[in-house]
Amino acid sequence: MGNKLRLRFNISYPGFALDVDLELPGRGITALFGHSGSGKTTCLRAVAGLERAADGYLEVNGEVWQDGGKGTFVPTHRRALGYVFQEASLFSHLSVRDNLNYGLKRSAAKAQGVRFEQAVEWLDIAALLGRRPEHLSGGERQRVAIARALLSKPRLLLFDEPLAALDLKRKAEILPYLERLHDTLDIPMLYVSHSPDEVARLADHLVLLAEGKAVASGPLQETLARIDLPAVFADDAGVVIDAVIGGHDDNDHLSRLDFAGGTIYVSRQAKPLGRNVRCRIHARDVSLNLEHMDNSSILNIIRANVVAVADTDNPANVLVRLDAAGTPLLARITRRSLQHLAIRPGVGLWAQIKAVALLG
Amino acid sequence: MLSEVDIAALLLTLKVAGIATVLLLIFGTPIAWWLVRTPSRWKGVVNALVALPLVLPPTVLGFYLLVLMGPYGPVGRFTAEVGLGTLPFTFGGVIVASVLYSLPFVVQPLQTAFAAIGERPLEVAATLRAGPLDTFFSVVVPLARPGFMTATVLGFAHTVGEFGVVLMVGGNIPGKTRVVSVQIYNHVEAMEYAQAHGLAACLLAFSFVVLLLLYGVNPKPGRRYGQ
Repeated sequence: MGNKLRLRFNISYPGFALDVDLELPGRGITALFGHSGSGKTTCLRAVAGLERAADGYLEVNGEVWQDGGKGTFVPTHRRALGYVFQEASLFSHLSVRDNLNYGLKRSAAKAQGVRFEQAVEWLDIAALLGRRPEHLSGGERQRVAIARALLSKPRLLLFDEPLAALDLKRKAEILPYLERLHDTLDIPMLYVSHSPDEVARLADHLVLLAEGKAVASGPLQETLARIDLPAVFADDAGVVIDAVIGGHDDNDHLSRLDFAGGTIYVSRQAKPLGRNVRCRIHARDVSLNLEHMDNSSILNIIRANVVAVADTDNPANVLVRLDAAGTPLLARITRRSLQHLAIRPGVGLWAQIKAVALLG
Repeated sequence: MLSEVDIAALLLTLKVAGIATVLLLIFGTPIAWWLVRTPSRWKGVVNALVALPLVLPPTVLGFYLLVLMGPYGPVGRFTAEVGLGTLPFTFGGVIVASVLYSLPFVVQPLQTAFAAIGERPLEVAATLRAGPLDTFFSVVVPLARPGFMTATVLGFAHTVGEFGVVLMVGGNIPGKTRVVSVQIYNHVEAMEYAQAHGLAACLLAFSFVVLLLLYGVNPKPGRRYGQ
């Protein structure tokens, strides 16, 4: 029992094998991140029962869906899950309304779930109900597909790169809806992606997959700040910080974000005080200084201690893991600077943050 | 213009074709679905068997059916045993022969239509709690509708047009097995060209209208799922 997902799969194909054994949180978004061919989609399909692992175990918040040892395998249509596929998966012979009703009609009547009107409102698709799928844009189709998955009263939501087939503009259009689901729903979601931006923005927990194996699994902030992993996001290496809007300065058009390790200023946000925000700081946007620079144009300077140093893909650069009163930070600096400043674990210094990206 | 016997032949033909088409859809649909979905190594064998009537002379098919369903054939013995009598030279025999003869014309369009649907809609349906049978009727049948149209029209039209098999298995019994194509043959044998013309023109017009429907009403048989 318990509020968690337990999954263990062992699937072999010619030239590829998936071999994972994970314990994931029973709520919030867990991102399965990896390059194409890393096995993330296979893993998701195995969770859905669309792929059958001869040897596997799957437990969703206390309910066993697969147990290879006992020969238990609940077929996909008896699993209370919602699946959003990468490309348009709406039934072309049904209207949007009938697509939504398809899963709703077939879900267990007594199961707790989202009401039709609620899903329609959340995903803003009231105007589309009478249309046929071929008359929808790519983004609209995905919104309908998400609503349809919600309406089947899932106890687990699975997303297989739902934004991958969309252009940047459409992606930006869907992300807020996914964030809303994240804030509203109490069920676990598995989100397959190869986009660091999506992962940084949406995920609470991160699983890194490479060549069919889970290389790392842990809370997002912690996992992103790990430098022992082979180039997590490569050039996009960086940390995610959950902060609170602590103040607005209307003279300078700035907003102050407070987090455990200090404060950072960003351009004025139209969000109320106390609102939680998530921001991302790329390692390449952080430089290090042994002294506090009072005469710097850089606004955000944070006191931190060096925890560890690691190599990067580029031999000229190193990645420095910092600790700012409990909040991990990453800085990418040159090897020459590392030696020049004698930076090593334990050294206290100032991290200068050149850019902060607010997510959502 | 058309004599009473001619009209009886026409009506019999429509009856045979109608019943045969219903049976063809009932039997052809699971065969086509199985052929598309199965990983079995017997798939090739079944495919070849279903397609045989396309290449066999109808007399060959008719001959073997006659032997099989006759009083000394295994099928004939079975039907006699269960009290159905023997099928050759009966209406039932013509129906059985017609179904076998037209089977590829129904199975093949269905196979093409089922294959075009692909795996994804079936997976989507499963993730929305639809069991296999539910998925077949709520997703596969509607998506394969153009294929069903083609199969129905071709199966019906092909049964209307058959001659050799009916002659071999059914003979030439008025009201029971004498269908239009056989009746035309009778007229020509008897040098009654005017009467032969009347029936032949009916079949010609019918076939043309059927094909027109097929190509005119159904212009995009390959409309793919999700596009």
